Amino acid sequence: MGKLIEIRWHGRGGQGAKTAALLLADAAFNTGKYIQGFPEYGPERMGAPITAYNRISDERIKIHSNIYEPDYVVVVDESLISAIDVTSGLKETGAIIINTDKEPDELKKHLKGYKGKVCTIDARKISEETIGRNFPNTPMLGAVVVVGNIMEPKKFLEDMKESFAHKFKTKPEIIEGNMKAIERAMQEVQGV
Amino acid sequence: MSIRERLSGNEAIAVAMRQINPDVVAAFPITPSTEIPQYFSQFVSNGQVQTEFVAVESEHSAMSACIGAQAAGARTMTATSANGLALMWEMLYIASAMKLPITLSCVNRALSGPLNIHNDHSDSMGARDSGWIQLYSETNQEAYDNLLQAIRIAEHKDVLLPVMVCQDGFITSHAVENIELLEDDKVKEFVGEYKPDHYLLNHKEPIAVGPLDLPAHCFEHKREQAQSMINAKKVILEVAKEFEKLTGRKYEYFEKYNLDDAEIAIVIINSSAGTAKTVADKLRDNGIKAGLLKIRMFRPFPADEIAEALKNVKALAVMDKAESYSAMGGPVGAEVKSALYGKADGIKVLNYIYGLGGRDVRADDIEEVYNSLMDIVKTGQIGETYRYIGVRG
Repeated sequence: MGKLIEIRWHGRGGQGAKTAALLLADAAFNTGKYIQGFPEYGPERMGAPITAYNRISDERIKIHSNIYEPDYVVVVDESLISAIDVTSGLKETGAIIINTDKEPDELKKHLKGYKGKVCTIDARKISEETIGRNFPNTPMLGAVVVVGNIMEPKKFLEDMKESFAHKFKTKPEIIEGNMKAIERAMQEVQGV
Repeated sequence: MSIRERLSGNEAIAVAMRQINPDVVAAFPITPSTEIPQYFSQFVSNGQVQTEFVAVESEHSAMSACIGAQAAGARTMTATSANGLALMWEMLYIASAMKLPITLSCVNRALSGPLNIHNDHSDSMGARDSGWIQLYSETNQEAYDNLLQAIRIAEHKDVLLPVMVCQDGFITSHAVENIELLEDDKVKEFVGEYKPDHYLLNHKEPIAVGPLDLPAHCFEHKREQAQSMINAKKVILEVAKEFEKLTGRKYEYFEKYNLDDAEIAIVIINSSAGTAKTVADKLRDNGIKAGLLKIRMFRPFPADEIAEALKNVKALAVMDKAESYSAMGGPVGAEVKSALYGKADGIKVLNYIYGLGGRDVRADDIEEVYNSLMDIVKTGQIGETYRYIGVRG
């Protein structure tokens, strides 16, 4: 684990990329880290491309700008790959994690020669099978924790359970599905 | 022991308001400060505070209600941004002239037009001559700490002025970051109880508040108001000292960062100060004597102290996140240059306009500013002093 990890999330409005970024910030905070979790606000429409960011560090984080050279990029919606430059500035020592049913090799050709790690996860399928609907953000969260080695998996899972218990206080029936979605994503992510 | 938390800047302000438990909050929602009255009204509904929450129909009414409540003898708070602050405009001047210690959280956003919801400082900078004390905050932590101190500063007998605590819209208001909170009882003890000497609801002392003030006395009252702002300088440091004892966090008029032996420096306000610190650190690692001065207190303006702090700098860039359309720079630039005049002459001073309408301020932008300062030191040539950074074309 390096001193500062920077993550950029690409999603579409309504998919929960911002929520995922805030959940990741929460989980990292609970392991004693300094964190930032913030969205880049634009037109807040369902389906419009949105960007969110995380910084995770052992030291206080002073910088207050968007992230231009991330260690990791998370693409919550595969169709964004052709719409925006998702690998822009992405460090080759890092990785891109894409929600897709395709294999990593198949996606490499669309990533403008990005030489770093390409990881894939079928977050749609996982969420449909565990939560019952297409909520790709929680599986993506599990995948990025594994790929980025951001924290100890067991600690992360315990923490998420606590977060969900708080977040879904009024609908406890969806906690189990979300937990399963994260666990499966952590096992099924390809290209790590 | 303080409480380790992670909150957005808006959450931090709402928590501070819950801990302060003011008598009255009157507010109207506007992006990006909407969450403050939103969270606070939940505290009201949950019975966590005993505040009378007045859901007014405009910001003009919000400030009017604050004035009425504070004059009646109630500790009163509000929050707003951009055009909301602009709609309060005439009432801002009345609040300060009536010596009412209202506290306002200003979540800085570009004042329309063009219509824009993102951050710059055109809202609060426009209100700099309204007679309000202005404190600026780099982080959620500073916004929280400044608001707690604002109560004490505003209500001090030698001051009795309204205080505006500013932080950057979205950049800190909507970013979740680490924060150290005080326990509720410690805040309660620190802010104390509001006991005004004179107030409308005191039936034993009938008074008039805000009557017509003609040439016979108006000038004397304005002079007294100006004196309150002069007095605030001492009080702001006293309150900061007490706060430091409580929290270990030190506050002054401004923060000096790598400044004491700096050859080149920038003056900056709010969140971009953090970005500038990371750049200054990097330049220091390369042996370049770069520093910065982050202004916390813009009203009153610490002119003598700023001149003293900057006197050994060779080249300086003052950063303004607001235009003043003077065709010569922005408001911070004008104040800093005026402060240096006759006290720290000979410094080469640039004034940059940056980040208007939410244009992201990158470390690269700040580095370019420092590079320009290095060139000036090397060549002695200053060139155009009124500059823009981060703008296309």
